[in-house]
Amino acid sequence: MIEIKNLTKRADSKLILRGIDLSIRKGETVAILGPNGAGKSTLLKVLAAIMKPTTGVVKINGLDLKKNILDIKQLLGYLPHSSLLYDHYSPLENLVFFGKMYRVHDVEQRAIRLVNEVGLSFFLNEPVKNFSRGMIQRIAIARAVIHEPEILLLDEPHTGLDQGAIAILNNVIVSMKEKGTTTLMVTHDFKQAAEICDRIIIMKNGTIVDDFYIEEQNLGFVVKKYQQQVEGVS
Amino acid sequence: MNLLRTACLLAKKDLYSELKTKQVLLTQIIFAALVIVVFSFAFDPANNTTKAVIPGAVWVIIVFAGILGLNRSFISEQRNDTIQGLLVAPMEAASIYLGKFLANFMMILVVELISIPFLFLLFDFKFNGSLLYFIVVIFLGSFGFIAIGTFLAALSANSKSSEMLLPLLLFPITTPILIGVVQATRIILTNMEKFSSALAWIQLVTAYDVIFFVVCFLLIDYVLEV
Repeated sequence: MIEIKNLTKRADSKLILRGIDLSIRKGETVAILGPNGAGKSTLLKVLAAIMKPTTGVVKINGLDLKKNILDIKQLLGYLPHSSLLYDHYSPLENLVFFGKMYRVHDVEQRAIRLVNEVGLSFFLNEPVKNFSRGMIQRIAIARAVIHEPEILLLDEPHTGLDQGAIAILNNVIVSMKEKGTTTLMVTHDFKQAAEICDRIIIMKNGTIVDDFYIEEQNLGFVVKKYQQQVEGVS
Repeated sequence: MNLLRTACLLAKKDLYSELKTKQVLLTQIIFAALVIVVFSFAFDPANNTTKAVIPGAVWVIIVFAGILGLNRSFISEQRNDTIQGLLVAPMEAASIYLGKFLANFMMILVVELISIPFLFLLFDFKFNGSLLYFIVVIFLGSFGFIAIGTFLAALSANSKSSEMLLPLLLFPITTPILIGVVQATRIILTNMEKFSSALAWIQLVTAYDVIFFVVCFLLIDYVLEV
C-alpha cells in the first residue's frame, strides 16, 4: 500500500528525515512514536503531499507521489494538530466545501450523516468559531473522512480531547480499519497507540529505530521498547 | 478541467466568506470613499485643471484598495492552517492561485463599480472619451495588478511582516502596468485625439499581463509548499 525508499527531507541546512525505508500493507493501523523533533510529523506531511521530499521514492497504491499527486491526494485523509476548518463556516458548510473538493457524491447528505456520527447534529448550522476544542476536533475528524479515504494520516489526534471525543475518534479509526483503511498515526499517547494499532514504529533523529507488531494491546511491551530505543534503558 | 472546477470552488468559498464576514470588501469601499472625499476637498471640482487628477485618483483607489484585499487573501488561510486543507485536497497549487485570483479580482471589480461612478459624480466629470476603452483599460490594469498581487501575497504570507512586505514587492513589479494604465486612462478620459498612443499603452499592459499571469501560474507550486 505504502512503499517508502531512502526518503530524506532537508529544511534549510537541517536534515529532518535521514533515509527512511518503510513498507506498510493495506489495512494496517500503524502508530509512529518518538521524541519531539524526531521527524514524525514531517514524515506525515511528506506522505500527505504537503511537503516535497528532498530525495527518495514514495509509492502509494503503486503510484509514484511525484507523478500521480492528484490521484494519491484523493486516497488520503489528513488530520493534523490544527482543525483545517473555516471559523466562520458551520460544520455543514465546512464539510460540503471539502467534500466538493474531493468530488463526494451526495455531499450534503454525507456531511449531515457525519456530523450526526460525531454527535454534533444540534450544531449543524452554528459557526465553528463558537465551538470548544473537543467539538472542533470532532468536526475535523469528519472533515478528514468526508471522502472515505483509503489512507488516514493522523498527527497527534488525541491531544486535548475529552473522553467522549477520544471514544468517537477511536470508533472512526476502528470502523475505517474494518473497511480496509490503512491508518498512520503520529502520537505521544502510548495507551491509545497500544489500544488501536497493530504495528508500532519508533523514530529518533530522522530515522526509524524500531518497527514491531503488537498483540493483545500490550502497553507494557510498547513502553519497554520505547524506553530501550529512545531513553537508552536496557 | 479539475483545475478550473476547484479554482471556482475556492473562489466561491472566498466570496461567500466575504459575504458572511464583510471584512475586506467593506474596508476597501470605505477606503475608496475616503480617498474620493479627500481628493474632492483638496482639488476644486469647478476648476478645469482638476480633471487631470481623475486618472490618477482612479488608480490610487484601485491600487490601495486592492492591496487591502490582497493582504488578507492568503493570511486568512493561515488561521487553523486551512491552507494545509487546500494543499492536501486533490487540487493543484495553480488551482489555489487561480481561485484566489478570481476572488480578489471580483472584489476589486465591485470596488471599481461603486467608486468610479462616485468619483465622477463628486468631481462633476463629463465623460467625453470612449467608455468601452475606459472599461478595457480598467479591466486590464486590475487584471495585471491582482494577478501579480495574488502571487506575491502567497509569497509574503509566511513572513511575519507580510503586510509590509507585500507592497514592497508589489510596487516595483507592477510599476510598468501602473504607468501604462494611468497614461492610457488619461488619454481616454481627457484627450481622445491621441488615442493611438493609448492603444500602444494598452498593448504593452496586455503583454505584461499575459506574461506575468503565466509566470505566476507556473511558479506558484514552489511558493505554496509548507
